[in-house]
Amino acid sequence: MKTPQEIFEILKQKFGESVIGFADNKLLEFAIEIAPLAIAEVGYFLRDDSELLFDNLILLSALDDMTGKKVTEEDGSFRFEGGTLSVIYHIESTSSRHKIVLKVVVPKENAEIESVAYVWNHANWEEREAFDMIGIKFLNHPNMIRILMPYNWDAGYPLRKDYKNPEFYEGMKVPY
Amino acid sequence: MSVLKTEEMILNMGPQHPSTHGVLRLELELDGELIIDVKPHVGYLHRCFEKHCEALTYPQIVPYVDRMDYLAAMYNEFGYAVTVERMLGIQVPERVEYIRVIMGEFQRIASHLVAVGTYGLDIGAFTPFLYCFRDRERILSLFEMTCGARLLYNYIWVGGLSHDLHPDFLRLAKEFLPDFKNTLSELNNLLSYNKIFTERTANVGVLPLDTAINYGVTGPNLRASGLKWDLRKDDPYSIYDKFDFDIPVGQGWYGTVGDCWDRYYLRVLEMEQSVKILEQALVQIPDGNISEAIPKRIKPPEGQIYTRVENPRGELGYFIVSKGGLQPHRVKVHAPSFIHLGLLGELCKGHFVADVIAILGSIDIVLGEVDR
Amino acid sequence: MMIYDFFISIFHNELIAAFLNSIIPVAFIVPFALFAVYLERKVSAHMQDRLGPMRVGAHGWLQSFADILKLLQKEDIVAAKADKKLFNIAPVLTFVGCYAVFAVIPFSSAYIGANLDLGLLYIVAVSGFVVAGILMAGWGSNNKYSLFGAVRSAAQIVSYEIPTTLVIITIIIVTKSLNLYDLSVNQTSNMFNWMIFGGYVEGWHKIALIPFMFIGFIIIYISTLAEVNRTPFDIPEAESELVAGYHTEYSGMKFAMFFLAEYANMFAVSAIVSAIFLGGFQSPFGYLGSTLNLPWLIPIEQFFWFASKGIFFVFVQMWLRWTLPRLRVDQLMAMCWKYLIPIAVVNLLIVALIMVL
Repeated sequence: MKTPQEIFEILKQKFGESVIGFADNKLLEFAIEIAPLAIAEVGYFLRDDSELLFDNLILLSALDDMTGKKVTEEDGSFRFEGGTLSVIYHIESTSSRHKIVLKVVVPKENAEIESVAYVWNHANWEEREAFDMIGIKFLNHPNMIRILMPYNWDAGYPLRKDYKNPEFYEGMKVPY
Repeated sequence: MSVLKTEEMILNMGPQHPSTHGVLRLELELDGELIIDVKPHVGYLHRCFEKHCEALTYPQIVPYVDRMDYLAAMYNEFGYAVTVERMLGIQVPERVEYIRVIMGEFQRIASHLVAVGTYGLDIGAFTPFLYCFRDRERILSLFEMTCGARLLYNYIWVGGLSHDLHPDFLRLAKEFLPDFKNTLSELNNLLSYNKIFTERTANVGVLPLDTAINYGVTGPNLRASGLKWDLRKDDPYSIYDKFDFDIPVGQGWYGTVGDCWDRYYLRVLEMEQSVKILEQALVQIPDGNISEAIPKRIKPPEGQIYTRVENPRGELGYFIVSKGGLQPHRVKVHAPSFIHLGLLGELCKGHFVADVIAILGSIDIVLGEVDR
Repeated sequence: MMIYDFFISIFHNELIAAFLNSIIPVAFIVPFALFAVYLERKVSAHMQDRLGPMRVGAHGWLQSFADILKLLQKEDIVAAKADKKLFNIAPVLTFVGCYAVFAVIPFSSAYIGANLDLGLLYIVAVSGFVVAGILMAGWGSNNKYSLFGAVRSAAQIVSYEIPTTLVIITIIIVTKSLNLYDLSVNQTSNMFNWMIFGGYVEGWHKIALIPFMFIGFIIIYISTLAEVNRTPFDIPEAESELVAGYHTEYSGMKFAMFFLAEYANMFAVSAIVSAIFLGGFQSPFGYLGSTLNLPWLIPIEQFFWFASKGIFFVFVQMWLRWTLPRLRVDQLMAMCWKYLIPIAVVNLLIVALIMVL
């Protein structure tokens, strides 16, 4: 069993620049921030290293950080210019029983993260959901299509803070 | 004469189909009766739970939480309450903890009864299903007596409960348990050890342990694959450490470890353990005020938290990000059914059409939770 | 005196007599099917701790009539892409198949539709109609679930005809007759003359035959269960997989035809099994009519015994249906080809050997 701090040291030593920092999220959780394109590599290491054995991805969640500049339109709706999206990975080891939180932050305009679907199969659907809801594109994902929304939904990503419902979907009125 | 050619048949199972347990569409690629590939299409019940949460205050979310896994609504509330209480650092009175555990375990039994009963139905045995529902009905009456609702309760609130127990509750609950034990043995004789049933389910849809962990499988399905992993003991919450109970694990009684029969039977064994917990809790329950810890205004500090509880279907986790306001910034639910459904394609390959039903029934999904 | 002769004595016309004679099974099948549907509901309900239909008439006894009324009113839907000819013929053909079987079943010593010398062979041949009807229904519906059900059903019925036929051959060896009427008449006086107890064979042969007759009885009962697609062999219409199998696309009266055929078939196979093994219309112990010296009472008593045996086996079929889960299609085939047929063949050889000695 290792503390998050120790795991961070190990990762920092192994991956150097790709491990960006150790973010204190104030309430109960610490997160290790990883570079977007290095996450799969880090994942393989975490899973296969004989001391760490992080074999279980508990949860992959994506969120809109709402950090951009708020631009209010004339009709009262608003959107964010710039800003970041982040993906949070809760992983644990079923054998050694330690768990850590990884965090990846990407700019909204170019939201691309390396997929971990081949590291933990569980991530396959979770990444599809993150793509569907937040609009983060996962590179090298086996099947990057929408999952909960209709496959041809083209009005954007519902869980972004500045999402607006479309007027019509396939000829049907959406707000009812 | 043109050259004879053969091709795979695509069979659409669902969204309207008697045994997809809700509106699930499976696209089966078949070679005769053999499955080549299964593609689940979900989202027919998507109702933007997570988006709703961002516009609601913390207590307002409770009734929405019910509607995810509607067969285990009590436990969804339990998990949510535990999460928010940890964010706020609230300690709830002991009586509340006991009532929560009692309700949670009754809910586990009710949910497993549906799982086990409908599983028999999927295999073609109609009668055990009604026996299970008869007993579930009694549990639902107990819930109705306590909070007025039979399916979606809005009972467990952050910091407390909506009502105290009905004066008759403890007596009726204690009367129920011995009857329920009889139902379990009846169920075992009628269905579990039935030769046809074991033939249909043993060695079908085997889920090896490493695959299970890699796919993030939790709950009874993971334990059926042989890992002793129960959050009630491994990541304790509430007062589960006060009770004496075992964690059953799949042992390949009739076939291989982690086959459909193991997954089915593990639920039966878990009901026995829930009865054991209930027998202790119903006796030990102390008196007290159930509403003294309910906060007037819930405004957690800035930060993020992930808390998980052992829902009847697996690990139910809430990931809540707070920006310090009255509403959460982001709520993400770790929904066991969603994760287990992702595994279906892997489990079904090389089996027969009839086995798809057997496997889908054995992983026990609730579409309300898959689609959220 | 046979009922046919009675009609001739009234009308002096063979054509009218034959026509009236052939109507009698319908007059039996239709009320029986209505009764069986009601029975099925009540049996299942009481096995499952509930009451079943209670609203239409006392204890819901009019429920079946309400159902028929509903089915008559329903729209007769034919899918746009269905093969209309096959789709329309299929229910009729299925019903004809099982109705035709009733022609050679002796209801009592006074009534048999057609006293064929090849009765048993005729049954085996005519029940093939049902397969054709089911295949037509499945193909004509142009629905993948229907097709699945139909193909499964055809494979199942054709396979299970083999053990049935083997057991029938075993019987023929003992009785040296294919005539079902003669077979029933000969199993007379008391239940130890029934074929299941070695039949009306003399001497030690009878004792030696008893175990093998029991085996034959069990095999034929299992395979007839499979031929009428009842649980645990209801794979062609497996509700949880194939929705409703070959009759998924049918509605209204055409569906009612399938339904009627199913229940008629249930009774037909029960009647055949009891005619072959359990003395058909014979009473297990003497007749009230012969004790009281009322010869006209005997056929009525015989009909009572015939109907009770049939209904008892129908009840057993229901009992099994509401108790057992369903087999998978490969297990079903394995059961037929790996167990029933080899056992039936060995059974046949042993019986033949006993009869030769």
